[in-house]
Amino acid sequence: MRRKHWLAFTAIILFIGCSKKTVEVLTSFEKPQNFPTPTYHFETNEISTAKFELGRKLFYEPRLSRDNTISCGSCHIQTSGFTQHGHDVSHGIDDKLGSRNSPPIMNLAWRNSFFWDGGVFDLDLQPIAPITNPVEMDETIDNVLNKLREHPQYPALFKRAFGTPEITNDRMMKALSQFMVMLVSADSKYDHVMRKEQGATFTAEEEKGYLLFQQNCSSCHKEPLFTDESFRNNGIGTGYNNDKGRYLVTLNEADAYKFKVPSLRNLKYTAPYMHDGRFITLEAVLEHYADNVQDTPNLDPLLQKDGRLGLHLDKEEQQSILAFLNTLNDETFINDKRFSEQ
Amino acid sequence: MPSLIAILLLSTAIVSCKKDDPEFQEENMATLSIEFDNIVGGQNLVLDNSTYTNSSGEKYTVNLLKYFISNIKVTKANGDEYTVPQDSSYFLINEADPETRFAKVNVPEGEYTQLTFTLGVDSLRNTMDISKRTGVLDPAGEMAEGMYWTWNSGYIFFKMEGSSDAAPADPTGQHKFRYHIGGFGGYDAPTINNIKTITIDLTQGGVPKVRSGREANIHLMVDISKVFSGNTTLSIAANPTVMFSAFSVNIADNYAAMFHHDHTEN
Repeated sequence: MRRKHWLAFTAIILFIGCSKKTVEVLTSFEKPQNFPTPTYHFETNEISTAKFELGRKLFYEPRLSRDNTISCGSCHIQTSGFTQHGHDVSHGIDDKLGSRNSPPIMNLAWRNSFFWDGGVFDLDLQPIAPITNPVEMDETIDNVLNKLREHPQYPALFKRAFGTPEITNDRMMKALSQFMVMLVSADSKYDHVMRKEQGATFTAEEEKGYLLFQQNCSSCHKEPLFTDESFRNNGIGTGYNNDKGRYLVTLNEADAYKFKVPSLRNLKYTAPYMHDGRFITLEAVLEHYADNVQDTPNLDPLLQKDGRLGLHLDKEEQQSILAFLNTLNDETFINDKRFSEQ
Repeated sequence: MPSLIAILLLSTAIVSCKKDDPEFQEENMATLSIEFDNIVGGQNLVLDNSTYTNSSGEKYTVNLLKYFISNIKVTKANGDEYTVPQDSSYFLINEADPETRFAKVNVPEGEYTQLTFTLGVDSLRNTMDISKRTGVLDPAGEMAEGMYWTWNSGYIFFKMEGSSDAAPADPTGQHKFRYHIGGFGGYDAPTINNIKTITIDLTQGGVPKVRSGREANIHLMVDISKVFSGNTTLSIAANPTVMFSAFSVNIADNYAAMFHHDHTEN
């Protein structure tokens, strides 16, 4: 059913004239050729230009926060791969800090769960959490809906998207989901090589890194999304706030200290790394896997093979992996005007 | 002469009905009201101003009490069951709002000897598309305000908060207890399931006779002192805050026994 759906969405790219400039408009969801079938339920939220554009406006709408200062885009900045660059943990309303690093918004159509602990299982329910979180946007959904109802533009935009000007939570969430699922990052050098586009090939160093990656990293950071969507303890230690991660959702001790395996796409733009943003550089991340894996409860078995903690990677091999990871950066995605505040 | 025919016809009609039940037309739907009358032991529950003592001897006041009732089903003496369609079978009982005290549903006319409902929100509804989450289930609605966990998608089934000197001071300096009980069993990984199915025999307190033009009311007493006693004695001092945790299962087991059918108004 789902497959039929996205197949039906053939790529229609329209050019519409704006007063200032010509902006390319997304009107359908396009599955990259080297990607699997998306998991998002398009059958209950069919993509349309009007809904996508409404979702984009809502994504950049500071009225979603109590004092109209913070939008989704505040902590998910496009030029930083839709993360909050330079912040170890998210920085919200009244200069309050969250307890986790704000994750990148990309390729969400393939995600099975959201947040570092996977507590939310439907993208349509996800935005309610940051909007109502006292340290993020600290607003009630009812207040947001009332602000939008009183806004000079939103009733007309909702009418354009949904047929009537009624502004409801259901419609707001569906529109936000439309914008977010369309944030597909699949135009990196790696993708070009995989799709054999533009005669792209890896350099010798990148190729070496790719092989090392496949041997050491790809069982968790599964291609082509570079995550297997599982929850794992990668041995970084318990952290200052003893965040037990996935345990908070399942209450299963076997899940303590496990976090969602993050994608490795766009790492160039998304520092710092890990659920609490403790690593500022990728060199430090690789050093961790090679030398500093700690034996905390539920440490992933893949990081304790052959009676040794961590991965066998010397400095040179780490450099090769870094070269490969650099092919996962998608310049087109972070500069795509269709995803920017208009 | 015509009046005689009329009388004859009428009496035949009555006689033919007598075989079944003179009062009820099963094809007619009528309102059945279920009243949730919150009490504390032998006292009426009054928010904020009354002090009660729990089974651990701790004095407490209640500031907030809300719970979800859903999936209402009624059963006749002959075993026939009627399940209220799901879309009209979710209620949020809020002690602070007297209008929420009655859950009113439409059922076929008849006498019912048993009432079954869920205390909480079933797992299916917990995972449904957002467009199906209307009325009290809208995570945005004023009614559901505070009855939904945004970070771990799922409804809070039962919420009771209050003050007690037995509770340690929280970071704001208040001595409060907070019980937020939910957990529908988990979406992709199994976890606690605090959904409780409550079955109540109505024959002792009086069977409701549901008829068009009338509104039978099943008057339930809901004794919230049972939250503190049962298989587990809940001490406010030991457990001032219970939310999404393994211990919450004990509280849910306790409160599953808080409903008692007092009487029926027909």
